[in-house]
Amino acid sequence: MRLFRTFKLGLKSLLLHPMRSALTVLGIFIGVASVIWLLAIGEGISREAQRQIEDLGAENIIVRSVKPPDGSGANGAVDDFGVRRSEAEMILATVPTIDRVVPIRELYQNFIYNGNPNAKPVDGRLVGCTPEYAAITRLEVARGHFITHREVEAKRSVCVISAVLADRLFPSEDPINKQMYMPEKQEYFSIVGVLKKRNATAAIGGSLSAQDFSLDVYIPISTMFQRMGDREVKRTGASFSITSFELSQITIQVNGIEDVPRTAELIEATLMADDANRQDIAVVVPYELLEQAKTTRLMFMMFMGLIAAISLIVGGIGIMNIMLATVTERTREIGIRRALGGKRSDITQQFLVETISLSVVGGLTGVLGGLLCPLVVYYTRQSVQQFAPDFYANLPEVAKVMSPEIVPASIPIAFFISVIVGVIFGIYPAIRAAQMDPIDALRHE
Amino acid sequence: MNEPTKLAASLRDLQKHYVLKSETVKALRGISFDIPEGDYVAIMGPSGSGKSTLLNLLGCLDRPTHGSYFLGDQDVAKMTDDQLSEVRASRLGFVFQSYNLIAQLSVVENIEVPLYYMGQLNAESRARSTRLATMVGLGERLGHRPTQLSGGQQQRVAIARSLVNDPYFILADEATGNLDSVTTEEILALFQRLNDEGRTIIMVTHEDEVSKHAKRVIWLKDGELQSDEPVEDRAVYTAERIQEISQNAEVRT
Repeated sequence: MRLFRTFKLGLKSLLLHPMRSALTVLGIFIGVASVIWLLAIGEGISREAQRQIEDLGAENIIVRSVKPPDGSGANGAVDDFGVRRSEAEMILATVPTIDRVVPIRELYQNFIYNGNPNAKPVDGRLVGCTPEYAAITRLEVARGHFITHREVEAKRSVCVISAVLADRLFPSEDPINKQMYMPEKQEYFSIVGVLKKRNATAAIGGSLSAQDFSLDVYIPISTMFQRMGDREVKRTGASFSITSFELSQITIQVNGIEDVPRTAELIEATLMADDANRQDIAVVVPYELLEQAKTTRLMFMMFMGLIAAISLIVGGIGIMNIMLATVTERTREIGIRRALGGKRSDITQQFLVETISLSVVGGLTGVLGGLLCPLVVYYTRQSVQQFAPDFYANLPEVAKVMSPEIVPASIPIAFFISVIVGVIFGIYPAIRAAQMDPIDALRHE
Repeated sequence: MNEPTKLAASLRDLQKHYVLKSETVKALRGISFDIPEGDYVAIMGPSGSGKSTLLNLLGCLDRPTHGSYFLGDQDVAKMTDDQLSEVRASRLGFVFQSYNLIAQLSVVENIEVPLYYMGQLNAESRARSTRLATMVGLGERLGHRPTQLSGGQQQRVAIARSLVNDPYFILADEATGNLDSVTTEEILALFQRLNDEGRTIIMVTHEDEVSKHAKRVIWLKDGELQSDEPVEDRAVYTAERIQEISQNAEVRT
């Protein structure tokens, strides 16, 4: 009963100065809401990064061919780089923990549909691959079928095209069984499948650039080798350069996730065996990236939490400041209460209740404000997109895609901290109030 | 009929010294007197006489350096701070010159404050406070805040508050100091009524007019008891006069 009275008294005293109390509460509100917000945003970013890495396949090891910086292929010289078919075969043969090795060769090309006399060539990407490619990159067929083993064996001139390319080249017709023409290579390919639309992936791990699957044309890698070989000739003005590479990438599927680290070591050792300084390959291990991502996530949390903690402390200092002023203002009242029988502990309790009420209200409203984070981020993104489209386009991919995820634990923790802040920053003013000499206090003002 | 008179308070050689850096100031140099129950005492003296110091000691707001102060049977001179707080809550009633009501509380809540500090808040305490409010003429204003009351009304609330714990005595410090002459009469009439009903009243005042309403005057000088005499030609309100005064009060408020 008495605690209830004390609490009621505290609230009444706070309502005597609504503006002052509201501003003090605001400090805690911002502190608590920012704990929840910052953790949610950090979590959202981490989750997004993790998802993108997982898309690469946690049990995969990716070896990517990298064109060495010093192109010594000017004027006739041949630049020979990257993973070789022989290396891919050797890895498959010698490393026991591997399920399969998927070879990929990518070229940027023009494509045109012969049947359309007004057509202009569309820039796209030619990808020589095997049937497994669709699985590891999660491509889905909308019509027809993806490259088959038989087509690879028979080196058929067939292709599968992406949804966007299909729309561009065949706006009013069904692409299936039509002929696709590549002017630069002077090759015809029969379309046997059209893919569903697919989201782009972001750049990951530094060695993998962002993959935009929207303008891809997939052909059997065997056909690619037979028809086009390994050499690419580029003419720039008067000079020309020849680059030569066998494979753009091999994706190695390991038996089980536990085997990935050791297998990656083996593969690196194998590939670097002849030349430890070779710079034409990059080994990307999504599993390791995931581990890194976990560490990053923790660091995010700590860092965000620290920032939010600082803002809570500032809020607490605000409370202490106001309560010290309040105590001074109510010196007379304290004297009266002491004269009427209030003990020191009664006075301490009274002011502590007031402070805790402030911080609890701040905490509750802060939690509500924190929960609004996903909504606010969504609408902010919408408005930025609408009113500043150029700025929006230049934002990092993560900012456009990520959605904040409220960390459930952050709610009780943030609230609990707000109570603690009230206690800690309220104790000093409350004790000051209690230590006042009643006689002096009664004489005050 | 020789019943031993019960004493509300009893002081024996009460002394208070203040130590200031190098010198000791002796504000009270050994005061002794008894206050029987039902007494109505005025304490007077020039400034510097030790009046305020004695007031603070009587009110258990301060502790004496030497001597004893018996409230009923207990010597409160050596009590701890918390014990003194309890004494103030349960055995004393204060009336101050500037009323000293708590702004956030209503009339009835103000009256209840000593009971709050005694830990006795319930329906019964609320009923008691309401009765006291009615007794002092504020039965219609239970929910009012002090800012909505006149000076006289506020002082009456303070007096009701001073009675709520059935104290050994009411300690009034210049109770009419901030009031006009008419309101002063109302308050003094109320004090007389309470005293007639058996309430012990100790009043500190510097006004002769006011002290004339008491039964006994104690004069202090330089920290010592100068005189302790019954009041001659005490100013007493007759029943009709009291009636008149309260009617005037009602008309005005």
